[in-house]
Amino acid sequence: MRLLSATFAIAWKDVRLEFRSRDTIVSALIFGLIVVVVFNFGLNRAPGSLGPAAPGLLWVAYAFVGVLAMNRAFARELEQGALDGLLAAPVSRDAVFLGKMLGTLAFMVLIEAILLPVFAVMLDLPALSPVLGLIILLATIGFATVGTFFAAIAAQTRSREILLPVLFFPVIVPVIIAAVEATALALQGGPMLPIWTRWLPLLVVFDAVFLVICPWIFGFVFEG
Amino acid sequence: MSHASSGPSAISGVGLRKDYGDRSVLRGVNIAVPSGQIAVLFGANGAGKTTLLRTLAGLSRPDAGDVHIAGLRMRRSGGRARDLVGFVGHQTLLYNDLTCRENLVFYAKLYGVARPERRIESILARLNLADRADRRVRTLSHGMQKRLSVARAILHEPAVLLLDEPESGLDTDSVASLGELLQDWSSSGKTALLTTHSSEIGQAWADRVLTLNRGRLVEQTHAHRDGVGANDASNADPASG
Repeated sequence: MRLLSATFAIAWKDVRLEFRSRDTIVSALIFGLIVVVVFNFGLNRAPGSLGPAAPGLLWVAYAFVGVLAMNRAFARELEQGALDGLLAAPVSRDAVFLGKMLGTLAFMVLIEAILLPVFAVMLDLPALSPVLGLIILLATIGFATVGTFFAAIAAQTRSREILLPVLFFPVIVPVIIAAVEATALALQGGPMLPIWTRWLPLLVVFDAVFLVICPWIFGFVFEG
Repeated sequence: MSHASSGPSAISGVGLRKDYGDRSVLRGVNIAVPSGQIAVLFGANGAGKTTLLRTLAGLSRPDAGDVHIAGLRMRRSGGRARDLVGFVGHQTLLYNDLTCRENLVFYAKLYGVARPERRIESILARLNLADRADRRVRTLSHGMQKRLSVARAILHEPAVLLLDEPESGLDTDSVASLGELLQDWSSSGKTALLTTHSSEIGQAWADRVLTLNRGRLVEQTHAHRDGVGANDASNADPASG
């Protein structure tokens, strides 16, 4: 019970802090839009005609925006040494990790929900697909879990902004591959079987494995 | 004025070692502070005072040795031992964009404080922060933030309070008020260990004076508040020679 209440207290605190400052939401939204626009120019295609590149573009934007959110989540804990406050509290390290992860997840899902309709217009995607929503949710859980763990590790170093993407992207590659492949199939409107039999199970297994491993290692790394 | 007791130590560290790379910060520190006492830890910059306090608070894992808080071994009992400790560090451990009250409500949830509203009101009043309760921490002066940091540390009424130079940034009245709070603290049988560079504070507040030099506890002296007493060689760190 204490684990759950502490987890939600930490997550709610992060959400409240973010809505109060709004600095990450605004910069993440602008950054997401810039990524799409820059790719449009880079690929020298008119908006709405990116075709097969659209799923990859969507997930590149989401991944970069996610890194912004993860960096910010732990930067806030370092401002006044508040991470020590969390670690000195009589709650398990699991609760600290899961609370931070839930806060990051909530923030990422919100940003993705705002960006998706914009991408849908710019990339000519059917944004209101339930399957696409499920793919985004499962992939974002994987992003938030792995990202929170590496953000916590990177936060202990001076070069945290550089270190996080260097650690994060190699590990998250399976999620990006599965998400891009599943998104492509969902957008094509063709046979959905590979989504349900191959890509979604891969995302579920990835999430489950890292939701066990990351809190465990986090507890070991931050055990006083 | 002393509340020394012969009971089990509220704070106990045995053979504490901590190395950062090839630099030894703590070199086999043995420390014991009985319940109900205020111990003041002196030492030059870099002597290892902050590292020792962080180790006792469970924020830093010693490379060797054990910490016990009220008989609970920190490594084994983790959360239960941490529940008995309040920690005031150099930083406030607060969130700048939350109000004073929101910060305390958050920590009250983490510590499972029963009826937190009443406790928060009384603690804010005690630390003269009642009229700032709904102001964001960012807007407070350094001294007020420090007082709020003390409020955060004593919110859950821990048995042991660890304070790292708590007087820094406080005006004279606030230092006096903190002294009164600590006197009341030890009068109720609770224990405090604080670091300071002020010999005045050491003399005024301490039941026991400790001195750390280059990672070794070289002296433990019983004191009468407002006057330092006799050396207690038996408690001195054996490693000090």
